[in-house]
Amino acid sequence: MSETKPLLQSPSVDFDHRNFDWYVDKFIQSIVFIAGISAIIFIIGIFVFITIEGFGFLLEDFSFREFFLSPFWEPSDEDAPEYGILALVAGTASVTGLAMIVAIPFSLGAAIFIGEFATGKLRESLKVLVELLAAIPSVVWGFIGLSIMNPLIIDVFDVPVGLNVLNAGIILGLMAAPIMTSIAEDALKAVPDRYREAAEALGATRWQVIFKTVLPAAKNGLLGAVLLGVGRGFGETMAVLMATGHAVNIPGSVFDPVRALTATIAAELGETAVGSPHYQALFTIGIFLFIITFLINLTADLIVRGIRKG
Amino acid sequence: MKSKIIIAGSIALATLSFSITASADRQLIQNKGSDTLVNVAQAWAEEYRNVDSNVAVAVSGGGSGTGIAAMINGTVDIANASRNMKSKELAMAKKKGQNPIEHVVGYDALAVFIHSNNPAQTLSYEQLKAVFGRGGSATKWSDLGLKVPGCKQDKIIVVSRQNNSGTYAYFKKAALGKKGKFRQGTLDMHGSKDVVDLVEKTPCAIGYSGLAYATDHIKMACISKETGGSCINPSVKTASDRSYPIARPLFMYTNGEPQGEIKKYLDWIKSDEGQCILLKKGYAPYRDVNCS
Repeated sequence: MSETKPLLQSPSVDFDHRNFDWYVDKFIQSIVFIAGISAIIFIIGIFVFITIEGFGFLLEDFSFREFFLSPFWEPSDEDAPEYGILALVAGTASVTGLAMIVAIPFSLGAAIFIGEFATGKLRESLKVLVELLAAIPSVVWGFIGLSIMNPLIIDVFDVPVGLNVLNAGIILGLMAAPIMTSIAEDALKAVPDRYREAAEALGATRWQVIFKTVLPAAKNGLLGAVLLGVGRGFGETMAVLMATGHAVNIPGSVFDPVRALTATIAAELGETAVGSPHYQALFTIGIFLFIITFLINLTADLIVRGIRKG
Repeated sequence: MKSKIIIAGSIALATLSFSITASADRQLIQNKGSDTLVNVAQAWAEEYRNVDSNVAVAVSGGGSGTGIAAMINGTVDIANASRNMKSKELAMAKKKGQNPIEHVVGYDALAVFIHSNNPAQTLSYEQLKAVFGRGGSATKWSDLGLKVPGCKQDKIIVVSRQNNSGTYAYFKKAALGKKGKFRQGTLDMHGSKDVVDLVEKTPCAIGYSGLAYATDHIKMACISKETGGSCINPSVKTASDRSYPIARPLFMYTNGEPQGEIKKYLDWIKSDEGQCILLKKGYAPYRDVNCS
């Protein structure tokens, strides 16, 4: 158009390849880039969203002392609402703790067997089965807790209700075991074969190789696996909602019903007026949960990464 | 689950009837709120089509709070509620230029359920407070002077509802007093039916729910105001004549005094025909009616 830049417009020296292909290329590039950073965008977006929703409560009704140290959770009371999450934290912690006691031996044993002993077809099919176990929806686990474990616990232990810490802990342990098995097996696999060979050359038996050499070498990865299991336990909702008995209570024994943080949000949010202090308090629990699971997962990730590098 | 399906169904129906009204130029009444009332409201709406084919009533659930919020925002003609509007909500409605008028359309008796093996016959208010209330003295059945077969540990398992249910709020106020609170460690079920299911299976348990959810395999306590005083059994009849103490009124709210088609619809609901539909669904009419 303009006659001042005839040289740049000349087709033989077209350094600027802005044809159709160039645009397609750029477009695909940006899509791949956005997909790549989408996880970061979502995680920030979610954090901003729950913070905004819970902010009003943090500014007005929130009292650090009450929120973390009072066991009374009665946010719907008209005259004197109470927003203490101590009992809910105790519920989540007790269930998760018991779940780890159940899951650690299971998943560690399974990982050692799959990683060190099983070979060929058995190993492959076991790995597939473990993955399959991880894919069972949590509501199905909850249903098992409600309809199978509940009467079983009543019969076996002779307690009045079977919906309690024990029930939810076992269910949650079985749910967390598959993912812990996978990560623990990866950790065992990351131990170089020369360690095993060296131990065997020194005359160690197979068990000695595993317990004295492989497990200590893989301990960071195994710890990461356990932490991921803990993160799973803290975040799990549906199964604990159904199996804990849903009672605001600081448990004195494994036979006491409790209530989890996540289950409280799930049970109450749907019928709470949007923007009310109760609604905002539930979002504040959400913020708390988000921070806890984020820290647990981050620690686990750093530990696992640590062994990969080392 | 069932109520969810009903809600979904009524929303679908609401949309459907909306499109019909739009084409046939019929009057549409928007009706929303309490899940306790939603079944009855749905039945009323269906039956009213035979009464006046020029009026369509679109019913949806969502809870008393949802209905009241819609009334405050002026998006419904009639809001259903199983509790009174709170003073805060009334003030908010006034501020937005609405003038909610309350209509009692029926009663729902809350029965205190115990296991069928439980020997208890009557429970007084004082005993309810001791069992359900915070700091209450009764944590074992023997504290009430009872020995419950099948409940070896003697512990009372208190079954309650999630804290934003209307049933929870009403029972708290009626049985524990205005300032009363539930004790720690109650099992908070997510629906009236869940309470009945659990108490049915658990010898040590005690719980409360709407009379409409009673089954043949569960026992309902006779409630007396004073220990040793005469007691009243929960029934549709005792709820209707207001002799049963834990019966909550079911409300419909209109914006201002109802007029035109809305007034006709409400009058029909309060008529024998409307009240008999309510009775058939297990709730108590607000006055004496003769249903064949």
